[in-house]
Amino acid sequence: MYVMTLHRSSIGKKIIMAVTGLIWVGFVLLHMYGNLKVFLGPEYFNAYAEGLRTLGAPIFGHTHLLYVARLVLTVALVLHVWSAYSLTQQAHHARPSNYIVRQKVQANRASLSMRWGGVVILIFLIYHLMHLTWGLPVAPGVFVQADAYHNLVNGFHFIPATILYLLGVIALSFHLYHGVFSAFQTLGLNNQNTETSIKGAALALSLVISIGFAVVPLSVVAGIVR
Amino acid sequence: MKLHLKVWRQKSGNRQGHLVDYELDNVSPDESFLEMMDLLNEKLIEKGEEPVAFDHDCREGICGSCGMVINGIAHGPKAAVTTCQLHMRNFKDGDTVVVEPWRASPFPIIKDLVVDRSAFDRIIQAGGYISVSTGSAPDANTLPVGKEQSDLAMDAAQCIACGACVAACPNGSAMLFTAAKAAHLGLLPQGQPERNRRAVLMINQQDAEGFGGCTNIGECEAVCPKSISMDFIARLNRDVLVGTIAGAGRVEA
Ligand code: HEM
Ligand code: FES
Repeated sequence: MYVMTLHRSSIGKKIIMAVTGLIWVGFVLLHMYGNLKVFLGPEYFNAYAEGLRTLGAPIFGHTHLLYVARLVLTVALVLHVWSAYSLTQQAHHARPSNYIVRQKVQANRASLSMRWGGVVILIFLIYHLMHLTWGLPVAPGVFVQADAYHNLVNGFHFIPATILYLLGVIALSFHLYHGVFSAFQTLGLNNQNTETSIKGAALALSLVISIGFAVVPLSVVAGIVR
Repeated sequence: MKLHLKVWRQKSGNRQGHLVDYELDNVSPDESFLEMMDLLNEKLIEKGEEPVAFDHDCREGICGSCGMVINGIAHGPKAAVTTCQLHMRNFKDGDTVVVEPWRASPFPIIKDLVVDRSAFDRIIQAGGYISVSTGSAPDANTLPVGKEQSDLAMDAAQCIACGACVAACPNGSAMLFTAAKAAHLGLLPQGQPERNRRAVLMINQQDAEGFGGCTNIGECEAVCPKSISMDFIARLNRDVLVGTIAGAGRVEA
């Protein structure tokens, strides 16, 4: 079980970050696909939400697989953020005083904003769960258990929530543009011959994800989904 | 040409440093950056001031001693050259040139622009031995090595351990150096038995020396005077992954 010693080295922490990050990418894609069903109307959308709870029936009981997924995602997020934090500390110790004049040569905005972008995603994620999953009183309107469609439409009529949602989506797409490429490099699956295609795929993924997520609140605000 | 220099002056590791302004006239475009620094030092000595301390040896881009962050870029504005091979024709008359030392905790400043890079030696030492027979030279072609493979190993072996990768990395990581040193042996048949173990031991030492972790930003590759590719970092990651899972570097019954 030497795999349990991965967290000891900086490369090991990066590998943990890459694997947990890719697990989240999988979730994010499925979640986006699911959200788009909102355009098919309330019955269809609510049936999908209920379908998540009866997933795997009759072998698995009500919400069992959903809780497995939630557990995996929570553990992955904790490991991802822990590694990010630990490596950030290590980097700050390695370069405590910066240059007086500093010029970047090939670094891009996405690669330089991973840490702050990650914090934005985390804040967004917590608010998002309070808002649309747990139905905590963080926005006006009534939260109706088992009526996901109503909660979504009602939720995005609260403009601050919509703005935070869009910020979260932008942060996520920047994070994934560098993150997906970085994960391949970290796992040793990249070289000069594959770099252009991996970066291209990462760009396509972040565009698909940002557009796919943003159309939902924007359509609510525009009155297309009501 | 005439230059406005701003040079980092620091008496010793435990003293505060700061930029000092110098005006330098009659700089020839054919001079190297180090020759320009020599000119400055001659002027300072004439005036009875302390000359600027900086490291140098071969002055032909092969020893890796020289290294300065020039206007915010390690080894200056021209790609794929060391500071000693950077010529003043890359600057214009009247330019302001800011000169700073490599900045990273594992590279403590000794004086002015001179830093202690012995952490690199300890990373190499931590890698340990490779299994080659000593004694008389082996017969030619007893150990075939593919052309592509040997070319790649030579690309990695170009690393002169100057430390520009560390200086340029926002995380103060030494990954490009460590990756190149691990790869030039790991790519050859002689380096195979210890390949993954060496990768694990070297990365552990790199962490212990206080270097940061890699975030694949690529500033290292962009400033490397030998244009060493980040491909070697991917390779090191792979070797460390395999080595860690296999428990390489551990001696247990
Ligand atoms: C939906 C949520 C998220 C997804 C899909 C995601 C995905 C990824 C991926 C794929 C990577 C690449 C791993 C690598 O560098 O090899 C990564 C890196 C990273 N993530 Fe996330 N992440 C998420 C949330 C977060 C959060 C909440 C934080 C911090 C609070 C964070 C901080 C970081 C940092 C600092 C890196 C390292 C960047 C680098 O090495 O350049 N991430 N993420
Ligand atoms: S002095 Fe030897 S590389 Fe510059």
